[in-house]
This record gives sequence, C-alpha cells and structure tokens, in this order.
Amino acid sequence: MVFLEFEKPLESLYEQLEKIQQVGSEGDIDVTEMARELENRIKNKRKEIYSNLTGWQKVQLSRHPERPYTLYYIQQMCRKFIELHGDRYYADDKAIVGGLGSLDGQTVVIIGHQKGVNTKMRQYRNFGMANPEGYRKALRLMKLAERFGYPVVTLIDTPGAFPGLEAEERGQAEAIARNLFEMAQLKVPVVCAVIGEGASGGAIGIGLGDRVYMLENTWYSVISPESCSSILWRSWDYKEQAAEALKLTADHMYEFGIIDGIIKEPLGGAHTAPEEMAKLLKRQIKKAIAEVQDMTPEERIEARIEKYAKIGVYEEEARTNS
Amino acid sequence: MGWFKRLKDGIQTATRNKKDTPEGLWYKCKRCKETSTVKELKDNYFKCPQCNFHVRITSYDYFGLIFDGQYEELFENMVSKDFLEFKDLKPYTERLKSAKDKTGLKDAIAVAQGKVNRRPLVIAAMDFKFIGGSMGSVVGEKIAKAIDHCIEQRVPFLMISKSGGARMMESAFSLMQMAKTSAKLSQMASAKIPYFSLMTDPTTGGVTASFAMLGDINFAEPEALIGFAGPRVIKETIKKELPDGFQTSEFLLEHGFLDFIVDRKDLKETLSDLLYFFEKPPANPAVENA
Repeated sequence: MVFLEFEKPLESLYEQLEKIQQVGSEGDIDVTEMARELENRIKNKRKEIYSNLTGWQKVQLSRHPERPYTLYYIQQMCRKFIELHGDRYYADDKAIVGGLGSLDGQTVVIIGHQKGVNTKMRQYRNFGMANPEGYRKALRLMKLAERFGYPVVTLIDTPGAFPGLEAEERGQAEAIARNLFEMAQLKVPVVCAVIGEGASGGAIGIGLGDRVYMLENTWYSVISPESCSSILWRSWDYKEQAAEALKLTADHMYEFGIIDGIIKEPLGGAHTAPEEMAKLLKRQIKKAIAEVQDMTPEERIEARIEKYAKIGVYEEEARTNS
Repeated sequence: MGWFKRLKDGIQTATRNKKDTPEGLWYKCKRCKETSTVKELKDNYFKCPQCNFHVRITSYDYFGLIFDGQYEELFENMVSKDFLEFKDLKPYTERLKSAKDKTGLKDAIAVAQGKVNRRPLVIAAMDFKFIGGSMGSVVGEKIAKAIDHCIEQRVPFLMISKSGGARMMESAFSLMQMAKTSAKLSQMASAKIPYFSLMTDPTTGGVTASFAMLGDINFAEPEALIGFAGPRVIKETIKKELPDGFQTSEFLLEHGFLDFIVDRKDLKETLSDLLYFFEKPPANPAVENA
C-alpha cells in the first residue's frame, strides 16, 4: 500500500495491525479482539481524515499511483471492448486510448487519457500527456460514433497536453481547438467524467459534452497548482495556496455549475475499492446517456452549446461620461 | 601599461539610473534599437520605419487601421468580477483595478462594428496590456455575444488575438471559455458566416487552442509568437535549446496552420479582398440545382 503524506497516521495503524496479526499467526495468543479494535480505529481515522480534505490533498489523491486509469474502468464496465488505434494522419498516441465498448448491451465509443501503472509504462504512456495525434485519434473515433449513432463517453485524466517541440510542430493548439469545435456539434450523446487530473486544455480537449461529471477526489482547473504557483507566486512552494485559490475540487465545480454531478468515491479514494468505483462510474454514465438519448440531435446540440454559453461571471458597468 | 586600469567592463548604469525616452514623442524600436518619432511610427502602421518590426498595438489602434473612419463599439460596459475571491501575491480585484487604471481599458478585449471599404465587418480585438491579454469570463462572453450579433446581422467576423492564454484568476471559468467560444463558433459556421482569425504577437495557450485556430481563414502578422505551450515551458520539458524561428508566424505557415502572413500595411486591403470573396454570391440557379 502507498500512503500519502496526510495518510501517515493510517500507516502506523496498519503497521500495528500487521504486527498483531503476525503475532497471532505465530503463537497461541488470541489477537482477534485486538485486531478488530485496530481495524475500527483505522476505519474511524480514515473517516476523520477523509471528511476534511483540502484542495491540495485531493490533488494528491487524484495522482495516487494506485489509482485506476481509463483502461481499468473500460475493462470493468464493458463486457466487450475493442481498442482502436491511430489518428490516420501521423501516429498512434499512447496517452489517449479509445475504442468500441459495450455497456450492458449498449454500444458506445469510449475514449480516455491513459497513464502507466509502473515506471516503464508511465513513460510509454507519456504520463498521460497527449500529443496532437491523441486528440486527432479521439476525434476520429467520435466521428465514427456519430456515423453509427453510438454515444461517446470520455474519461479525463491528464496533467496537461504535452508541451513538446514536435507537439507544437504538429499543431497541439489546432488539435484541441478542432475537438472543441467538433464536439459541440456531435449528433450523438457525449458524456464526460474526470477520473483523475483535469488539467487545462489537455483535459477539455476531450471534455466538452452534454453531461460532465467528476469523481469525488479529482480536480479540474485551467492550470496545475504547481504551475500556477510558479507563475503567480514566482516560486514552486505555494502549490497548497494555489490549489485553494483555484477552487479546483469537484465540490467547487458543482457549486459553480461547471459540472453536472459528483460521483462519490469509496472511503479512502477510488484506489481502495476500484471495482466498486467502476460500478459507480458505470451507473452514472448509463444514467447520463439515458437522460439525453431521447432528445433529437438538434435539441441536444443546442442544449449543449447553451450550457457552455452560460458559463462565465461578469458585471455590467454603468455608462460613465468622462 | 597605463596608469589606470579598467576593472569592470560593459555598461555600468543601474537600471534605476537609466534615462527613459519621454513617452509620446519618440519611439525606440525593441528590435533594431533605432529611434524614430511616434508620428513616423503611426504613419507607418505602427511598424518600425527602420526594420518593419510590428509594434504591439491596442484594439482601438486596429479599429482605426481597418475600419473606414467611423465604427460603433459593442458590449462596451462589460467588466470582470472577482467571484472566486482569488488572491495570489495580490488580490485579483487589485490586479483588475491597476490594469484598468494603467490602460484605461475595461478588459482585455473590445468589439466593434464598422465598414471596410464599404463592406460591413465585426471585429473583436484583444489588448495585451490588460493582464497579458488573458481570457476570462468577459473575453469569452464578448466573443460569444459578437458571434450572436454576426449570426443575427449576417456580418462576417474578424478575431484579432493577442493573448498569453487563459486568465488563471478565473480558474475553471476561464478554461470553460475555450469550450464556450469554440461551441459558439461552430454555430456561426453552421450559419455560414465567414470567420477570419488574425493572430498577432503573442497568441498562446488557451486562446490558440480555441478560437484563434478555428478561422475559416487563419492568418498572422509577421514574426508573431504563436503556440500552445510557452517557449520557456517547452525548453524546460525537452531540456534543449529551441531552434531559431520556433513558434513564429513563419514557422506556423511552414507547418500548415496559417493561410498566409500579412504585413500590417496590407491588412485592410487583404480584409477587403476577403470580404469581397466571401460576400454572398448572387443566386445562381444552375449551380444550386447541380
């Protein structure tokens, strides 16, 4: 088990529990009572820690190395899945995956950022940072879905679009912009969920939809807290403050009307009970598709655009003569 | 050997002792360091008379250069609001106030309607001086309103981008302006209203990754910085020096993301030609029935 900094009190409890269990297995001392008590203490401690997470702590949780990623959810949610590769122009991006899946008999096209599960795979997946061909592959699959009338599901989990030299040469900005433009006009239902990190253009590049959800311990922002700290505070040391100031948690996003709902995570985060998490995610995706499926494509597109057109807060200043 | 030895080389005037040229009279070019009068600069379309460097100008300067004299400003009273109570080293409210005081502008964008060689056009132009031309709710909403206006009046739309990207102090709201502006542009495209996107120095971040790249015609001023990630971030990522001319207008043209580059002197005539080509053609039954 990997413990995050704020989970340290849990770690020592777990260590104690392990020791007791070892003693129990070695000798004739009955430890069941003690173990049960410790387990209770762990449960309570966990509740205590998790009922009061700060923005920065949720950012850390969203990046937990054991957190489930897109392909895990797809495998759990879909009885059948065929991964489809390549953008047909340049390459197959490993940081965005996608394909045809079956959600209890309903065919959908599922697309998502993919991070690696170990050091080698993290590199292979470029840490979930897509290049233009990733966004173009996503668009190709969405167009496929549109042609055959399948709903589109996207799972968002990226620290940002890749800021590389070749990404610029191949038009990172154009690829993201094109997706936003095309997703606004997709004739089929589009349902999105932030399952980990939702950083900036790289996230929204596959994140414009009829319904957008966030898992409880994820974040969505125009910039990562670290980069925000380095630009506005001119130092990397203010990431906690930046995370607070950006108001980037699911609770905030829901309160602001930027997302349509929060998907509760099992106590302790998605990684503590990934199968349960996948069930909860699937239930919400199916519900969301059902909500928008009966509209005509024209109605759906209009409602989708109207939803985004309403986002923004400003004031009208009284006309002054100077 | 002389009696006196020069111990320190180079310029030794501290920045605070530097003598600035008085504002409003002289212009010293950032690139060639040559000096010319502000009048010469203005007469030369705000380009350095010596080296043709395109100086960063305001939205109103562009309106003056492009429109036939008169124009009408639209949605001019919209101002930003610090609804997140965002505070870094300074509160956002203070940044907004000082930007307003310093620039006399209300936000990083102005929208106006006028005529270009007698053909109507709506222009939304950004102001870099206002918090780096950053896109927050006001920028997004003004673009959205301008698009609605263009669809309703059936007038072509020119967007002049000049921005460092999304405005961090409005967090996810500024991010959502990317979705909002792109979604509105898709409506304008369906309505077959032509959209021209002019990128000027600099156009980066969320602005490039949304409306700036979505023109029916994409074009730029010479030597403008245009990109998604900033050059510093890319350099840190790849840990290599960036090649000369990386992320310039010329680089983007070469890689297929611009239709052409336009010298500011030819801007009005180019737009006039575009408006000529995109004007609704006279009905031609032979073609329509084909």
